[in-house]
Amino acid sequence: MTRLLAQNRAFAGACLLLALLWLTYNALHPRGFSAAVLVQNANESVAIGFVAMAQTVPVLMGGLDLSVGAVMTLTNCIASAVVSGSPAQIVLGMVLTLAAGTAFGLMNGLVVVYGRIQPIIATLATGAIAIGLALLIRPQPGGSIDDDLSWALTNQLVDFADTYGLAEGGKTWWFRPFAPLPVPLLLLVGTAFLAWIPFRRSITGRTVYAIGSAEGAAYMSGLPIARAKIAAFTLAGFFAACGGLYLAIQTSSGNADVTQAGAYTLNSIAAVVLGGTSLLGGIGGAIGSLVGALMLRVISFYFRILSVDPLLQPLIEGLVLLAAVSLGAVRTLRVRNRLELFR
Amino acid sequence: MTATLARLHPRNLRPETRPILIAAGFILVILALGTAYTLRAQGTAPLLSPGYLLQQLQIGAFLGLVAAGMMMVILLGHIDLSVPWTLTAAAMMATTVGGPWAIPAGLAVGVAVGLFNGFGVAVLRIPSMIFTLGVDSVMRGLMVAHTGGFAPRTEATPLMRSLAAGKLLGIPTAIFVWAAVSLVVAVTLSRTGFGRSIYATGSREGAAYLSGIRTRLVITGAFVASGLCAAAAGCLLAGYSTRAYQGMGNAYLLPAIAAVVLGGTRILGGSGRYAGTVVGVILIVLLNSVLSIMQMPEAGRQIIYGVVIIGMLLVYGRNERVTS
Amino acid sequence: MQSEQPQVVLTGVSKHFGGVRALDNVDFACRRGTIHAVLGENGAGKSTLIKILAGVHRPDAGEVRLAGRPVAFANPAEATRAGIVCIFQELSLVPDLSVADNIAIADPPKRLGLIDRRAQNRRAERLLARIDCADIDPRDLVRDLSLSRRQMVEIAKAIGRAPSVLILDEATSALTARDVETVYALLADLKAEGVASIFISHRMHEVEALCDTLSVFRNGRHIETFATGARSPAEIVRLMIGRDVEAQFPPKPARPARPEPLLSVKGLRWENRLNGIDLAVGRGEIVGLGGLDGAGQKELLLALFGVLRGVEGTVRTGAATGIPSSPAAAKSGPARIALVPEDRKTEGLMLARPIADNLLAASFGRVSRGPLIDETLARAAIDEALATLRIKIGSPSDPVATLSGGNQQKVVIAKWLMARPDLILLNDPTRGIDVGTKQELYRLMRELADAGKAILFYSTDYAELIGCCDRVSVLYDGTVVAELEGEALTEEALVAAALNIGAAA
Repeated sequence: MTRLLAQNRAFAGACLLLALLWLTYNALHPRGFSAAVLVQNANESVAIGFVAMAQTVPVLMGGLDLSVGAVMTLTNCIASAVVSGSPAQIVLGMVLTLAAGTAFGLMNGLVVVYGRIQPIIATLATGAIAIGLALLIRPQPGGSIDDDLSWALTNQLVDFADTYGLAEGGKTWWFRPFAPLPVPLLLLVGTAFLAWIPFRRSITGRTVYAIGSAEGAAYMSGLPIARAKIAAFTLAGFFAACGGLYLAIQTSSGNADVTQAGAYTLNSIAAVVLGGTSLLGGIGGAIGSLVGALMLRVISFYFRILSVDPLLQPLIEGLVLLAAVSLGAVRTLRVRNRLELFR
Repeated sequence: MTATLARLHPRNLRPETRPILIAAGFILVILALGTAYTLRAQGTAPLLSPGYLLQQLQIGAFLGLVAAGMMMVILLGHIDLSVPWTLTAAAMMATTVGGPWAIPAGLAVGVAVGLFNGFGVAVLRIPSMIFTLGVDSVMRGLMVAHTGGFAPRTEATPLMRSLAAGKLLGIPTAIFVWAAVSLVVAVTLSRTGFGRSIYATGSREGAAYLSGIRTRLVITGAFVASGLCAAAAGCLLAGYSTRAYQGMGNAYLLPAIAAVVLGGTRILGGSGRYAGTVVGVILIVLLNSVLSIMQMPEAGRQIIYGVVIIGMLLVYGRNERVTS
Repeated sequence: MQSEQPQVVLTGVSKHFGGVRALDNVDFACRRGTIHAVLGENGAGKSTLIKILAGVHRPDAGEVRLAGRPVAFANPAEATRAGIVCIFQELSLVPDLSVADNIAIADPPKRLGLIDRRAQNRRAERLLARIDCADIDPRDLVRDLSLSRRQMVEIAKAIGRAPSVLILDEATSALTARDVETVYALLADLKAEGVASIFISHRMHEVEALCDTLSVFRNGRHIETFATGARSPAEIVRLMIGRDVEAQFPPKPARPARPEPLLSVKGLRWENRLNGIDLAVGRGEIVGLGGLDGAGQKELLLALFGVLRGVEGTVRTGAATGIPSSPAAAKSGPARIALVPEDRKTEGLMLARPIADNLLAASFGRVSRGPLIDETLARAAIDEALATLRIKIGSPSDPVATLSGGNQQKVVIAKWLMARPDLILLNDPTRGIDVGTKQELYRLMRELADAGKAILFYSTDYAELIGCCDRVSVLYDGTVVAELEGEALTEEALVAAALNIGAAA
């Protein structure tokens, strides 16, 4: 157990900090610790949570994906066009949205591996393409999402059951303990467990970590480097698409907002760092980035309840971010052999 | 004669020069395509008129200043994401202070941000991607707080306006400013110990450190240069628009990075020539304006922008396979 | 147990990189159940040979046969699957993964398509036990292990692949004495099981003790293969460098009394690696540092050069007292200090930069007028450096990565000589360097000492310490346990002191 903690110091620290922040928030909130607040918070955290998980995979390889926000925006717009109609059409629409994002991620991977272009600049360019496509689909904000779906996925589990007539509308006895769980949170955690954990335990997942840690050694050891790099970007595209799909469901519209895309991308990088993943690669994980994203969100929630002067909010957000990432520097100051500072 | 031609043969060129020539060639392609379009649509060739080209260079001066500073940071293998709001903050401080101290005040903002960035990256060893991102956020916060409560002065001073929009000998003065900064940057990179130290540090920081190069000073110096260039661009841009405004710097970050990379500088640092950055800036500005003339909607512009970058990088063909 | 047909056969294999011919029409064969040494200087082609066998490179001409069938590996994974496993000098371990992960890295036991961690741990424990390293916990991260433990993990990983051909490239250089014994025993076991082992080492005594067959390469050509004992060491060296080797070391000057120390160290302490070092080096002296790997030699040199923080003790260099605060300060202090570091590829050179830039890296101020570099001064300095060290290059603007190992090391040394140092610290400068260049370096060191410089020289080669140095301070566990000079400076005395046996001198 101690070994687990020692090897995952940053992640453990992030979890602790998140717990602290969240508990304090609820303590200060007039209606804290209530289901309504939890659901509302969860709703607002899903998109950034998915985008942060998306960013994690390329970062683990020592690279970066600057197109995650754009892919989220693109899939947002696609969803706003196809996720409506008959139940079959809705399901097809959702599948199409996720497939589109995944395919875009695949394209990113192919450009990086076979085009041999550095990820940061390749995804800078593909991000522009994604935004362009999004603008083609939705030159103006608009579109619609099936109302039932929207209601079901943005509230508690009992509402989900009620909408779709499961478990007698959520009233059966074995359902009760699960009733108040916010569906958005379940979606986040569920996707993390169903998509991320198996990936991490596969050879491809291990290769991603190995590439970030020592790519030369990974090649010499016979790991499938090209396959892992392509898979990493593809997975990033998938997670970004999850975020875009949910955003469409949450806002019931598609909005090709360039500024918002950029903000999501940059915030995803911050979330990844806060969650304990190293920008140098090899250390960290998507769950940590999820924690980091939640931390960012919770900090922004504080502004609402502390009635901070709105003019000061951006400044405080910036200072908090700067302080948080500087914490990692404390270890640097204790280094005794300066050669260790250079990788 | 043949010796000169032989030196231009692709095989004999230094690897850093090839991308510059390809980019320059692509500029000609853009001009050709644009002229073909205007000939068909309007029967004229405005793209080839000296007046038009000078105007493009004038617009390019702002991006060019930002790219100059950004190049020095990228050569180290770092990146400066604090450029958008450093630019804006410098412009706002310059206009708020006003009078003869306007431009020095703006430049001082750039220096201060650069020093702070240098401290975070060189001393605290925080990855530049995330540290400068945080600094950008803080600068935004400061400017929002600064302009929100009361309404400070935002008009540009006459000097700023004339530097940005005026003309000297028929050529826009902004171009002279860009040329002057370019000269300093080019000479610094190629002919000074500091410049060579930048390349050395960007190539392998540990070996540079062990050679007795003061790598912390080199890194800080590059970030100060980037901050200064962003501040200069901000002052100039405020002069051109006659006032400073929120978000004026946002449109310059990604194009500056693209310009540096299209000019042949490796994003991981250690190699690249300044001439390439200049060519990259001109390429992006011309591409933008040709697309404007074609009245291409934003959607098409973004897609073409992305495709051009990837296409050109594929042609440059860099990155060796990692085999050991 | 040898069979008729060799396990590995190369016929007419050639390989070039750019204009350099790394292998030239090589015929080579290695039989099962042998331990086959490959000897040669740097640039002789040993590295290329094994990289072709291991699937890292593909030959430009010729054929490779494994167990009689022609093979062409596209990457290391294919070679490993075919049974050829290579333990490289630069380890192939991933630092941020666990020992168990690394041992089973590309072929882990699986359950339901996912990696089965428990089975992986068990496999790792079995393999580690086989090489007498049961003290390594498979769940530890490789990053947290010492270099010699990492090397053992690398070996466990290799035997875990059940190879038919095992290649070891300087695999024992970082090992403790006990681990070296374990590896010898392991290789003997593998030989008995019919594995063909190819062993590359620069340590002649190791090769003679371990191997039954020796092949000599020179300039990319296979010169000769013979059984151990068929040729004397002198003959072997002649085959390797193609000419007679006489006195390897330049003569040492007779010295009636010790000169005034330029560098004087008293009670130097740092963390738990340096535990009170007393040392003195005078102008004109070459003082050696002996002792086992990891006794603190590297840390001592880094401390004197200003790289370490929190160093205690008294250090006087010339008129100045105190430790330099950084290499930049050390380089330009009242007594100028230079350090030729351990790893030239990552610490000594900027590989992608031109030779000229690497040579000037410590002397920008020296070749500048004001802020600008004076091209004439720079050119003159570069020419002088190239001439003094006899470095043969194409053009100064070629990347330094295009040079051979020996020439690269010469560039590192030339860089520092350009800075006109008074005290020169050398961290194992001849490791991985060919015999010819080594001799040039010995001669150069003596010339520099005669010119009045003070030299502190750490080497893992006892012959070098005895041949080059006026005095040797042997370190053990961070302190100087013996100072040997003159008649007392013998290999036995060095070894004894290194192991802290008895009290020699």
